[in-house]
Amino acid sequence: MRRDHLNSWLLATPLTVILTIFLILPILLIVAVSFWTADEFSFRPDFQFGNYAYLFGSSVAWKVFGLTMLMTGIVWALTLVIGFTVAYFLAFHVRTLKWQMVLFLLTTIPFWTSNIIRMISWIPLLGKNGLVNQTLISAGLIDQPIEWLLYSSFSVCLAFVHLYTLFMVVPIFNTMMRIDRSLIEAARDAGASGFQILTNVILPLTKSGIMIGSIFVVALVMSDFVTTRFMSGSQLANVGRLISNDVGLLQYPSAAATSVVLLITVLLIIGAMLRIVDIRKEL
Amino acid sequence: MSKMRYSRRSILKGGAAAVAASTLPAPMIWAQEIKDVVLRQAGTGVSAFNEVAAKVKEDLGFTLEMTALDSDAVTQRAATQPDSYDIADIEYWICKKVWPTGNLQAMDTSKIANYDKIVGIFRNGKLTPDSVIAQGTAPHTVGFVEGPGSSTFVQEESGWMTLIPTIYNADTLGIRPDLIGRPIETWAELLNPEFKGKASILDISSIGIMDMAMVCEAMGEIKYADKGNMTTDEIDKTIAIFTEAKKAGQFRAFWKSFDESVNLMASGEVVIQSMWSPAITAVRAQGVPCVYQPLKEGYRSWGGGIGLSAGLTGLPLDAAYEYINWYLSGWVGGFLMRQGYYSAVPETSKLFMSEDEWGYWFEGKAAQGDIVSPQGQVIEKAGAVRDGGSFENRMGKVACWNAVMDENQYMVRKWNEFIAA
Repeated sequence: MRRDHLNSWLLATPLTVILTIFLILPILLIVAVSFWTADEFSFRPDFQFGNYAYLFGSSVAWKVFGLTMLMTGIVWALTLVIGFTVAYFLAFHVRTLKWQMVLFLLTTIPFWTSNIIRMISWIPLLGKNGLVNQTLISAGLIDQPIEWLLYSSFSVCLAFVHLYTLFMVVPIFNTMMRIDRSLIEAARDAGASGFQILTNVILPLTKSGIMIGSIFVVALVMSDFVTTRFMSGSQLANVGRLISNDVGLLQYPSAAATSVVLLITVLLIIGAMLRIVDIRKEL
Repeated sequence: MSKMRYSRRSILKGGAAAVAASTLPAPMIWAQEIKDVVLRQAGTGVSAFNEVAAKVKEDLGFTLEMTALDSDAVTQRAATQPDSYDIADIEYWICKKVWPTGNLQAMDTSKIANYDKIVGIFRNGKLTPDSVIAQGTAPHTVGFVEGPGSSTFVQEESGWMTLIPTIYNADTLGIRPDLIGRPIETWAELLNPEFKGKASILDISSIGIMDMAMVCEAMGEIKYADKGNMTTDEIDKTIAIFTEAKKAGQFRAFWKSFDESVNLMASGEVVIQSMWSPAITAVRAQGVPCVYQPLKEGYRSWGGGIGLSAGLTGLPLDAAYEYINWYLSGWVGGFLMRQGYYSAVPETSKLFMSEDEWGYWFEGKAAQGDIVSPQGQVIEKAGAVRDGGSFENRMGKVACWNAVMDENQYMVRKWNEFIAA
């Protein structure tokens, strides 16, 4: 074996070992446990499809998976539009690097506080007696407080967009900064309008950033359970909550089965996305 | 370490003490050794106060490490990780689920000094000789087993106790009297369309289902043989009534943790909801009016106790008995009574409370002066009367105890469907 061949194997070893122990093995364990049987307290090794049969036979599970996908789709579209716009503004309208960095750091402000505090702080803003409702009432625009501002699909969606837009901004901004400005000049010289430059030059060149951001957002929203619980006042369910409920009630095999199905769903979605854009080629 | 350096005289004295220790029923433990004992207590958090751990260190010398978890997590830990705790601070219905796993050991009541003074609820089920025993998992039904190592509950005082009762209370609905503006007298009001979008119920299946049952029965929709042990048919009907209300927009939110219930009530998002006693106090402490409303159908009650891990032996086991005896000797009882709970041995707690405190918290009398929380915050002014009145009035009107049903798994699945509906 050649010497640098050996070196590269050795360099790859630590990561391989870590990933095997902390990622591959746990996932294999989850898959194994999903075939076990459980009663109220104990669960024991087995090979049966009861957990999956219950999952696929339950109309609630189908509905919850559907809702989770729908929410993921909406949040993805919103974060993409907002994230792209913010990144575009930062990359092409802000002239100096200093201000680009200052404004970029501003977008990370939502991450300076804990997730829970952030979610609780929506109550004084969106609640029945919150700032938004009080402003609208005193402005004479509404008579009764708007109830769907909080503890609704709207508030869950709002919180997700608020939390995860940054995951779109960062990779898109990053790819935009690497676009050769002379390409834009060339397009302009060739007579392209601002919109044509956006659709024909910038958009294709930021595809990899968009895709990376999308993977973040999809994976985060599909696997969330805390945000949904707090922002919907526990009134909405998503797949993460199904799993956490099962874990709380010691139904590990059933939780494992749901996790496996969720994992496969997320992998399929990401696989499909990578089909559309080959990130490695683009980078 | 000077105490450990033996002179001839001290050895003689020590020998005499050792002889005394081995013959006395309550073994005297070497102060030096017990100092190193660490007891790990895992519990639901209602009684996990740092003040208690600090007082244990001061009075008994050993260290008590407390971990607070939610009821589901405690059940899980008690049932699956017996080595992770020495003392389980759990509720009686959790005991019913966990005891069959064999992870807890029965306690010899002859080693419990104040055993005879423990309230009747935990011994024969009766508060007063003519009380009727409420539905659900009444504490005394899972309070005793046949003997050491047994997993069969017995209905009489066998001398082997599963849990030593610590605190208990009677729960009801919390309301915002200022936002409702009329008397509330029945559980049925929770689903009154008048409170559409302003009601809440707790999202902890085992307790939530009981609150639901209280409501459905009060509405006259369902008559339960035992609310604490429903049939699948009764579960279906109960959940159906609440699912319909949920879809009609009756509920503003569901809550799972204490803080959430306080926020919902204090912010005015909700005006009527299932609530726990200290949450009411927390809302009032913010200057917001909130009443723990006594209702004509009675209370849903719960009781907690401490159980010993099966793995506990030797010196730590002796320390645990010391801890239990100390727990029932009054200081903790007084401390917890000031939180609005009741202690298992009220007469010892009385010694650690002022006459005014005892009158307000236990006897339901009007406060003579300021009523102060254990943390020193004024929570009631002179003239205030406790919601629901005296101990006998509140604990005497228990309609059902928190319970675990035979159809528990079915109920949990239905509950999940209700949340997802």
